[in-house]
Amino acid sequence: AGPSRGRPRGRAGADSVSAPAQGGGSAVIDMENMDDTSGSSFEDMGEMHQRMKEEEEEEEAEGEAGAGEEEDGEFLGMKGLRGQLGRQVADQMWQVGKRQASRAFSLYANIDILRPYFDVEPIQVRARLLESMIPVKMIHFPQKIAGELYGPLMLVFTLVAILLHGMKTSDTIIREGTLMGTAIGTCFGYWLGVSSFMYFLAYLCNAQITMVQMLSLLGYGLFGHCITLFVTYNIHFHSLFYIFWLVVGGLSTLRMVAVLVSRTVGHTQRLILCGTLAALHMLFLLYLHFAYHKVVEGILDTLEGPNMPPFQRVARDIPAVSNAVLNATAKAIALTL
Amino acid sequence: FAGLADVSVAQDIPVEGEITVPVGSHSPDEDYSTLDEPVKDTIMRDLKAVGKKFVHVMYPRKSSALLRDWDLWGPLVLCVSLALMLQGGSADSKDDGGPQFAEVFVIIWFGAVVITLNSKLLGGTISFFQSLCVLGYCVMPLTVAMLVCRLVLLAGAGTVSFIIRLIVVGAMFAWSTLASTAFLADSQPPNRKALVVYPIFLFYFVISWMILTFTPQ
Repeated sequence: AGPSRGRPRGRAGADSVSAPAQGGGSAVIDMENMDDTSGSSFEDMGEMHQRMKEEEEEEEAEGEAGAGEEEDGEFLGMKGLRGQLGRQVADQMWQVGKRQASRAFSLYANIDILRPYFDVEPIQVRARLLESMIPVKMIHFPQKIAGELYGPLMLVFTLVAILLHGMKTSDTIIREGTLMGTAIGTCFGYWLGVSSFMYFLAYLCNAQITMVQMLSLLGYGLFGHCITLFVTYNIHFHSLFYIFWLVVGGLSTLRMVAVLVSRTVGHTQRLILCGTLAALHMLFLLYLHFAYHKVVEGILDTLEGPNMPPFQRVARDIPAVSNAVLNATAKAIALTL
Repeated sequence: FAGLADVSVAQDIPVEGEITVPVGSHSPDEDYSTLDEPVKDTIMRDLKAVGKKFVHVMYPRKSSALLRDWDLWGPLVLCVSLALMLQGGSADSKDDGGPQFAEVFVIIWFGAVVITLNSKLLGGTISFFQSLCVLGYCVMPLTVAMLVCRLVLLAGAGTVSFIIRLIVVGAMFAWSTLASTAFLADSQPPNRKALVVYPIFLFYFVISWMILTFTPQ
């Protein structure tokens, strides 16, 4: 008599995703469960308990049936059966424990949950990168957003690399923490944090967008940031950065805003959602440039005189000579361009 | 109890390697055939395996020896030596512009893990530790570049030395990327090779950048 299987399957969706991979064995650690019960330990304990009870009832029924025949035989039989029962219970406890552990392990170490989001071709990635700079015109019809995580993840890592390059060339001193840690923390924090915040706002404003789509949209929006920072960290000219900020940053923001507008109903909601996203996106680019680029601060010094600019990293002590050299170079560049 | 299924391990992915500890202690878990051999044999066998993999990285041919018997000794030694050489960026602890030891360590291993996960998610047939092994061993050209950079910086830190260092680091970066691509890209479906190569390129680029911008005070 097998245990009842009437309880609902909680992880049917995840199972269907991981089921095709079972034959291929493509999880990180190749331990796979072939059974399909749901993953609650309480249910396992309940199942085991029920099975034990059924077994005990069976044994008791057999014991009672044998009691009528022979007392001695029944006594020995009960003892022998109980010993066997004990061994079986211990065996079952071991099996259940092993199953639970391997299921928990494969649940947390199973990267197959993410597999559908990485199913892209290089041509698709390139097309989406270019599309992220082109604002759509049709906002009365919900625009399709590809729920893909490869492109955004690679863009975030590229942004980290570009940020490192910028920090190194500007000799930024990070007092608390490390250079790499700051770069990774900033970029990933922006991507994940702002995506979550926008998803929350979208939930409040009744916008039709899922978390993965939001992550994907914002991630591709970082393509504009990557281009701008890559160019302006190498060509240190002030107005160039502002032009890039407006044009490139503006284009990618407009695209994200247009897609969100097409998926939201109601003027107030659209205003809240898009205003927040536009502000955060543009301000992030501004922050990345000014926070990690000391040469720009040097130019600001020459332009504004003794007044220090409001945002400034902790600068290292520059002797007066090199400051004068810096100012002279900036003036020369400004004159030639 | 037909419902109790066994936990099974997929048989079609070779997950094998040697993690014998060449310290000479005879642990009871070792094979009985190698239990009684002299310590020198154990150590030499592992050193030879590591050395053979270094040769494979230097001349990247498409052989499966690097993949079959993975080990992480080589990557560990390379990572530690690279992190040590990147220390001493400044004598003054106040202006600590160089990467910390832990930073380099974490970058290399975290980056390798991310690349491995990415290649597995894109449908790769290589296993986790095999990929870590390949990526770790392919850091060797960059370690050599670091050594050369340090020697060049002993002579002076001018524009000429910067150009020399740039050329050396650039060449070694290209070598690293090509070597690891030769091993890893084969395990991918043919139309997705570019998707796997790009993170590897980025990873070695970050390491090369750390090497190039290293300036001892």
